[in-house]
Amino acid sequence: MYQYDDYDHRMLADRVAQFRDQTDRFMAGKLSDTEFLPLRLQNGLYIQRLAPMLRVAIPYGLLSSTQLRKLAFIARHYDKGYGHFTTRQNIQFNWPALEEVPDILAHLAEVEMHAIQTSGNCIRNTTTDQFAGVAVDELEDSRPYCEIIRQWSSFHPEFAYLPRKFKIAVCGTSVDQAATQVHDIGIYLVQNEDSEIGFQILAGGGLGRTPVIGQVVFDFVEKKHLLTALEAILRVYNRYGRRDNKYKARIKILVKETGIDEFRNKVHIEWERIKNGPQTLTEAEIERCKSFFVDPSYLKKEDNPEELVEALQSDVLFNSWYEQNVKPHKKSGYAIVTACLKETGIAPGDITDTQLDYIATLADEFSFGEVRVTHHQNVVFADVEQSKLFSFWHKLKEQSLAAMNLGLLTDMICCPGGDFCALANAKSIPIAESIQREFEDIEELKVIGDLRINISGCMNACGHHHVGNIGILGVDKKGEEFYQVSLGGSSRHAASLGKIIGPAFAQEEIPGVVRQIVTVYQAHKQAGEEFLDTYQRIGMDPFKEKIYAKAD
Amino acid sequence: MPKLIKNGEIVQDSWTVLREATGPEVLKAVPGKNFIVPLKFWQLYREDLEDYLGEIALWLDSNENVNDIDADIQQFPLIALNFPVFSDGRSYTNARELRELLNYKGEVRAIGDVLRDQLFYMARCGFDAFEIRHDQDEEACLSAFNDFDNAYQGAIDNPNPLFRRR
Repeated sequence: MYQYDDYDHRMLADRVAQFRDQTDRFMAGKLSDTEFLPLRLQNGLYIQRLAPMLRVAIPYGLLSSTQLRKLAFIARHYDKGYGHFTTRQNIQFNWPALEEVPDILAHLAEVEMHAIQTSGNCIRNTTTDQFAGVAVDELEDSRPYCEIIRQWSSFHPEFAYLPRKFKIAVCGTSVDQAATQVHDIGIYLVQNEDSEIGFQILAGGGLGRTPVIGQVVFDFVEKKHLLTALEAILRVYNRYGRRDNKYKARIKILVKETGIDEFRNKVHIEWERIKNGPQTLTEAEIERCKSFFVDPSYLKKEDNPEELVEALQSDVLFNSWYEQNVKPHKKSGYAIVTACLKETGIAPGDITDTQLDYIATLADEFSFGEVRVTHHQNVVFADVEQSKLFSFWHKLKEQSLAAMNLGLLTDMICCPGGDFCALANAKSIPIAESIQREFEDIEELKVIGDLRINISGCMNACGHHHVGNIGILGVDKKGEEFYQVSLGGSSRHAASLGKIIGPAFAQEEIPGVVRQIVTVYQAHKQAGEEFLDTYQRIGMDPFKEKIYAKAD
Repeated sequence: MPKLIKNGEIVQDSWTVLREATGPEVLKAVPGKNFIVPLKFWQLYREDLEDYLGEIALWLDSNENVNDIDADIQQFPLIALNFPVFSDGRSYTNARELRELLNYKGEVRAIGDVLRDQLFYMARCGFDAFEIRHDQDEEACLSAFNDFDNAYQGAIDNPNPLFRRR
């Protein structure tokens, strides 16, 4: 992974000192709430329902065992012993004291971590596919480009006070696991007719109140022009994005109101002016960043070793977990393992200090000392030897990390919701739990197959409900919590937004509604179909009829 | 008297910002002063202003675009860019384009809601004069320009990004 040099360390130290001074001035009453607000947000600090919340960036999802241990330490000393993996490859701590935040940032800086621009109207943490660098279907590793973007966007002087938040995702794999098309800027590594690899750049995607799928602004950008292309988009957005209405301030609204052709035109005019300028990437810089993401020292191994084959035959539970949680690796003899954090009764994404420490130990022993976190709020061990999978699985079980529902109905994306978040209209964690209790039989879940349920506690859509196959949105109706259900969303390459099925439901009705949706799906399912295929073939009506017929 | 920072110190200001102006007669009333007038005002009355005895400079609000100044901008000794509220970031882009694209050599002044914690980024984007809000601590403001020792991106203060220097 990327290693800081003296420049990186110094810049981070300057940032911590700057925020310490700002916090001191705020505590001394020299800085008003309004003036402190964007400063603390751009250092990851929210004032939440119960206490402050600190959102720490995990750049493009990558964590070393040293960093995991530091996160465990922070959870233990400054929080109540746990953290929460978010839907954008960050980790949140829910209970730090305001005056201790600069100390936490100093601790993070020791292990090359930070909370820079994890909130506020600026360029946020850049995210990517959690299988970057090990996926079998990868055109090129996206992480060097994520790091280039991280550095370019950190402390960018022109874009610290944008109309609204700005999220960038990069994807180099053919199965898009990064929800690239619902980002303010989505970047795909692509190959042109001359077999040269460059970038296709989309803009104007996003979830929230008005979900939109991004549109192509650059068909093909040579690698060296990446930053000037991004800068051109950002400059057009900074200048023309709406500032009169917070809900219309995202770039998606600008693209929509301007029209994609005119928007693209504006960006290209701007780009022509700065293209080939000093921000043009050098071959040396691309090579330097790539050098941090070379393969670890893999051993020469065969696929499907005897130990694995035997264990799969002799242990049904292991077999079941393997089918769901283990994915093919580009290197023979290795596997990608996703530890699913969605055990029933545990809030999706929550992780204890003990588990964090334990994951660090397992990473050192089994996966070259690194893990990745996913926007599905799970943890990936990217480089596990197939011959050690059985013992690895046993070790995962010891700390409740071996849930075998990965990618299944109960592996939900869920925001913290009304239990924690000041913005939420409704709770979301208890909804997730009630669905998990309705579907506890793993064999049944496997028969149902890949089905994504995403839950958000409000319109801001941190739980990505628009792109869930089944989306659940908490709404407030005259002070009471209700839940709107939508069908047909997806964040993959053929991205689609869900459609609302009908009037909202009370909290206790939700597990039953999900059950009925599943029943309709199973009744109509044809061989080889996943939920989304069936839904697209039969449409909304059969679901609607079943669910609302009962209510009449 | 507003406080002005220039070249790393608090200086006396010889300019008056004309915030609102109806017609050129407001200038006639005080001949020989140096005025920073709104872009629209100058566009409307540029001929009337030609025989004005003092110096004339422009200010643009955040929703205006420096590329729309339809004249030789080098004739103005300074161009001021307004921050109606500190969290409105459009003037950063205007400052940068004044320097980078229009190659403007005069003074670029930040006016309006100009606060200590934004000065470092403003300076990077090409501002070289800062009319700080009346309640701002002068010493604290002067120290703001040293918040960071270095920067990743190229900007006006140093066009070369760190990757060309490391």
